[in-house]
Amino acid sequence: MACVRPDGTLSTSGRLMLAAVQTDSTAEDVAASTGMPLYRVRSALRELIAAGFVTEAGERFSQTEQGAAKAKSSG
Amino acid sequence: MTMLEEPEARIGLPRLNQPAPAFDAVTTHGALKLADFEGSWLILFSHPADFTPVCTTEFIAFAEIYPELQKRGCELIGLSIDSLYAHIAWVRNIEEKTGVKIPFPVIADLDRKVATAFGMVMPGESKTEASRCVFVIDPKGILRAMIYYPLSTGRNMDEILRLIDALQTADANKVATPANWRPGDKVVVPAPSTTELADERVGEGLECVDWYLCKKSL
Repeated sequence: MACVRPDGTLSTSGRLMLAAVQTDSTAEDVAASTGMPLYRVRSALRELIAAGFVTEAGERFSQTEQGAAKAKSSG
Repeated sequence: MTMLEEPEARIGLPRLNQPAPAFDAVTTHGALKLADFEGSWLILFSHPADFTPVCTTEFIAFAEIYPELQKRGCELIGLSIDSLYAHIAWVRNIEEKTGVKIPFPVIADLDRKVATAFGMVMPGESKTEASRCVFVIDPKGILRAMIYYPLSTGRNMDEILRLIDALQTADANKVATPANWRPGDKVVVPAPSTTELADERVGEGLECVDWYLCKKSL
C-alpha cells in the first residue's frame, strides 16, 4: 500500500491526499493542489476509499468522519 | 520444434490503433491501473532485469528525459519480471551510486501478466526476461506506437522524445512527419485521395515534389 500502512497510519503522500479532500474535490483538483501526478492521485484515492477514509460521489471525493478524524490526528 | 509446440510463440502482440491491454499492477508507487493514466500520454517500457548494466544506463536516461516527457503531458512507467523488493532495492541503489532519483513507477510483473498481454517476452531471445520494449499509449488509452530493441542494445531517448513530438504534432495538425523529422521542420500533407483533390492541390501554396509528396510549415 502506498498511502496506508499496515497499521492504519498514513504515509506522507497519504496525509497530503487526505488533507486535499477536506472539501469536496475532483481527482484533478487534488492533483493541482498537491502537485502529485494525476495517476498517483487516482491510485491513492482508491486506497483511501478502501481504508474508509474517503468517500466518492460522482467524480468528487471527500473525507469520511473516520477520515476527518485521521486527518486531525498525526498519523 | 514447430510453433505449435512452443506455447509462448503463439502469444500475439498488441495492435496499433487499438485499445492498449488494460492492466492492474503492483508498482513501486503502489497499485496502478492503466485507467489511472487516462487523459495523459503514457510510455510503458520494459527492461530485462534489475541490477543489470544496460538497464541501469537506460533507467538513468529515462529519468533524465522525464521532465521533458512531463512537458509533453506524458507519463512514464517501467516494467520487468522482477519482484517489488528487487525494484525498490535497485532504484535506491541507482540513487545511492549515481545521485539519480527514479521518478516514475516500475511494475513488478512476477506473474508476467502485463508482459504477456503486451508481448514483451521474446522466447527466442530469453524465456524469462522481457525485451526492451516501448509502448506509446495516448490519452484515450489507444496504443499508438511500439518499439522493440534486443537485450544487447540500450534505447535512444532522443528517438522516444521525437516519437512523442511526432505523434502529438500529427494529431494536432492532421499531418504526417517525414523521415528524420524534428519539431520545427516541415510536415507532410496527407496525399490526396481522388484525382480531383490531386488537381486542386496545385496552387495551394504547398512545397511539392509532385502531387503525392507535399510539405508545409506549421
